[in-house]
Amino acid sequence: MKKNVYSMCGMCTVRCPIRVEVEDNEVVWLEGNPYLLGGALCAKGSAGTALVKDDERPQQPLIREGGRGAGRWRKASWSEAFDYVTEKLKKIKQEYGPESLVVSSRGGPWQGMYKTFCHAFGSPNYTNHDSTCGRNTHHASLSVNGVGRKGFVYDIKNSKHLVLFGRNMFASLRIAENLQTMDMLQKGGRLTYVDVRQTMTGLKATRFFQVRPGTDYALTLSFIHEIVKRQLYDNVFIEKYVTDFEQLCTFIEEYTPAWAAKECGVKEKSILAFIDEVAEDMPQVIFHPGWMLSRYKDSFYASRALHILNVLMGNIEIKGGLIMPKGPGDCGKPGIRNFDCPKPDIKRADGVGWKYKHFDKGPGLQHLFFDAMRTGKPYPVKAWIAMRHDPFTAMPDPQAQKLAFDNCDLLVSIDTHYSEFGWYCDVILPESMYLERDNPVCVQKGPKPRLAVRRKAVEPVYDTRPGWEIFKELADRLDLQDYFPHSTIEDIWAWQLEPTGLTIDDFQEKGFVELTDEVIMYDRDSLDGKIKTPSGKIEIISSKLTDAGLESLKPYISPPKPPKGQFRLVFGRSAVHTHGHTINNILLYELMPENTLWINTRVASKLNVKEGEIVDVIAADGFKQRIKAHVTDFIHPECVFTVHGFGRQVPLQSRAYHAGMSDQKLMVGMLDNWDRAGGGMNLCESFVTVRRSARNPKRRVEL
Amino acid sequence: MNKYMIYLNTKRCIGCHGCEIHCKANKKLPFGAILCEIDHEPLVSIKGVPKTEFSFRSCYQCDDPYCASICPTQAISKREDGIVLVDEEKCIGCMACAGACPWGVPQLNQEKNKMVKCDFCVDRVDIGLKPVCVTKCTTQALRFVTLTRF
Ligand code: SF4
Ligand code: SF4
Ligand code: SF4
Ligand code: SF4
Repeated sequence: MKKNVYSMCGMCTVRCPIRVEVEDNEVVWLEGNPYLLGGALCAKGSAGTALVKDDERPQQPLIREGGRGAGRWRKASWSEAFDYVTEKLKKIKQEYGPESLVVSSRGGPWQGMYKTFCHAFGSPNYTNHDSTCGRNTHHASLSVNGVGRKGFVYDIKNSKHLVLFGRNMFASLRIAENLQTMDMLQKGGRLTYVDVRQTMTGLKATRFFQVRPGTDYALTLSFIHEIVKRQLYDNVFIEKYVTDFEQLCTFIEEYTPAWAAKECGVKEKSILAFIDEVAEDMPQVIFHPGWMLSRYKDSFYASRALHILNVLMGNIEIKGGLIMPKGPGDCGKPGIRNFDCPKPDIKRADGVGWKYKHFDKGPGLQHLFFDAMRTGKPYPVKAWIAMRHDPFTAMPDPQAQKLAFDNCDLLVSIDTHYSEFGWYCDVILPESMYLERDNPVCVQKGPKPRLAVRRKAVEPVYDTRPGWEIFKELADRLDLQDYFPHSTIEDIWAWQLEPTGLTIDDFQEKGFVELTDEVIMYDRDSLDGKIKTPSGKIEIISSKLTDAGLESLKPYISPPKPPKGQFRLVFGRSAVHTHGHTINNILLYELMPENTLWINTRVASKLNVKEGEIVDVIAADGFKQRIKAHVTDFIHPECVFTVHGFGRQVPLQSRAYHAGMSDQKLMVGMLDNWDRAGGGMNLCESFVTVRRSARNPKRRVEL
Repeated sequence: MNKYMIYLNTKRCIGCHGCEIHCKANKKLPFGAILCEIDHEPLVSIKGVPKTEFSFRSCYQCDDPYCASICPTQAISKREDGIVLVDEEKCIGCMACAGACPWGVPQLNQEKNKMVKCDFCVDRVDIGLKPVCVTKCTTQALRFVTLTRF
């Protein structure tokens, strides 16, 4: 009998809604949820079927036998592995205190569970991967609007003009958003794209600025300059909701389009023509404030400028603009219950909240734990549980990370696949892949909020467990069962849904439950209370930044040109892989088995490198990797680009093993290179040397 | 005359190769065989924006299929509605068809040692559904068109 299962994709963290058909415990059909996506799915989404059968993922708990990273594992039963981990945790707690544990995850709708575990254990040190992703954007939004980066959703479909700074949305896919953008373009809307290279997103653009790497902030400043000069801004909105607008006007005076054109390497008349378009299209112009902006030293300020541009448009809480997401409360409905435990009243080891007061205390900043590991200050960090998180892929310089992690007595990886970090850990607890597991119910906020849930489609192929069960079992053995009292997922769902009057059966029909029939919009004339800055207004000069001794309107500093013979190393996504997660997936591997190094045609010819030839890419300390060159006119000559996630070194992943090159391994010494104002890492501030490799043989002698 | 064709709205296509994997996953094809391909021309700058056109190619379901006429076991046939099909029972995996097809469309399914090619997802079409690549295209750029005679 065919079974119909509505669930959520898990091939990337967008978690698109899906519909799965199952027959005899086999996935026979998988598509985007017809009610929400009309069937649409990406390549990765379909390749989930190959992950079910993939025997190159961990098949039972593993406990390390040899040295860290040596790859000698003992297969263990679950109870043995749980006992091993919890005995170690108890010992560490006794010796160093509960705060010596860090729990990290990628983030996402279920992080409440991981956080609860961490807090219940007695540690305030829950963290996620965001300091290598959206922290700069998040803090920029908080400083301007008082709400984080998820404090707005972008009504792209109804906008007239979408402006993207390096947000390569047709490679970093979010299908619902992609469909919206396509619909907008098909209706004659505009797309302006800014990047150091041409991308799939740029191909769809109506205007393209190829900028010198690291000059995004300059371009945003010139946009503000011209909009202010032409008085295009929404004065009514600004008078009502914005403070310190005058200071912005003074600050912006020197940043003319002519200046920016020179700085960014674009044409002044293009900037002016762009502003003409903005004048036609406003207020339905969305300046996307960035997603992954852990890039340049001033990315935080570039993101702030983008937020300010939205404010000037007056596009907040309008159709075709930035809409504040609504939750159950806005629909007059009770919310669901979630795992929770108050944060222990102990200073965080990463310094967030006491040393660094202007950052969001939620997940803190992951990279700042390395210092605590190395120095034992403010106190030792001795255990790390990484939930679906791979610091060695996400963060720069894994070699330096290893030296820090070596101060830990316990490293645990909970993941569906072998992560690079997992391979270095003491214990791997294999999570069932997303088609094999249930997850708790989650709220999806938005103009039309809903509840959604991931449901198991097939029984696990190997001896793996769902995440909720792993945390529950660990909690039981640590006497924390009060925080994880439920022994089945059905119990969890029932407890979560009880206040709402819904049951899990209500998700059967469509995979989600809508909390409202109509889009909910706040009254734009009384947004008071919705802007959560200290002053309750949109702050051009952020009092939080001022208190932290930081500028709100930071004068522009031109980024250094790379030294002769060197290039700025820039990385990004492809539509067919999710960072390091999917490189070993046989269907996706077939599409893209390795990455290449994009290099400008002119530069390549000077280096005597032709398309497809092998180049050596050399880091600051001489560490070297090899990769095939992709020679193209459509990348700025100051930088080279590669797709992130490759160059993996887990021998059991036979396809991904040493396929292509890893950008983060070339970022030697970059672990401490982060932005004191935005909190994000500066991942595009490293330089590499590129040369033609000796691996392009001229002759080959056989025998 | 062929009753159907697959049309790509190149304005919507983002070259994500989803269609290729949707097809492979549905037909449970092993490594190597690929039934449709997305390709694009080298980029050229048009009004300051580097652009390209995407193309989608599966099987042309030819009026007089070269693949069929060369097949030594007559495993390939053309249906009334134009769809060119291989009968796996008859196919001996010699792959003469791949050589005969000007576009090299027929693929070897190495697991079964049988030829496999795009059949417009005939099993779905026959029950009123659209081909897989069309149904699941990431941006709804592909369309399954029923041709009408004027
Ligand atoms: S974008 Fe693709 S991989 Fe990510 S959740 Fe959606 S379908 Fe899955
Ligand atoms: S799935 Fe659709 S958008 Fe993606 S490459 Fe195929 S036709 Fe183009
Ligand atoms: S396989 Fe080639 S020859 Fe045969 S119908 Fe298709 S396109 Fe024509
Ligand atoms: S029509 Fe079916 S068989 Fe042909 S390419 Fe599309 S999905 Fe594959």
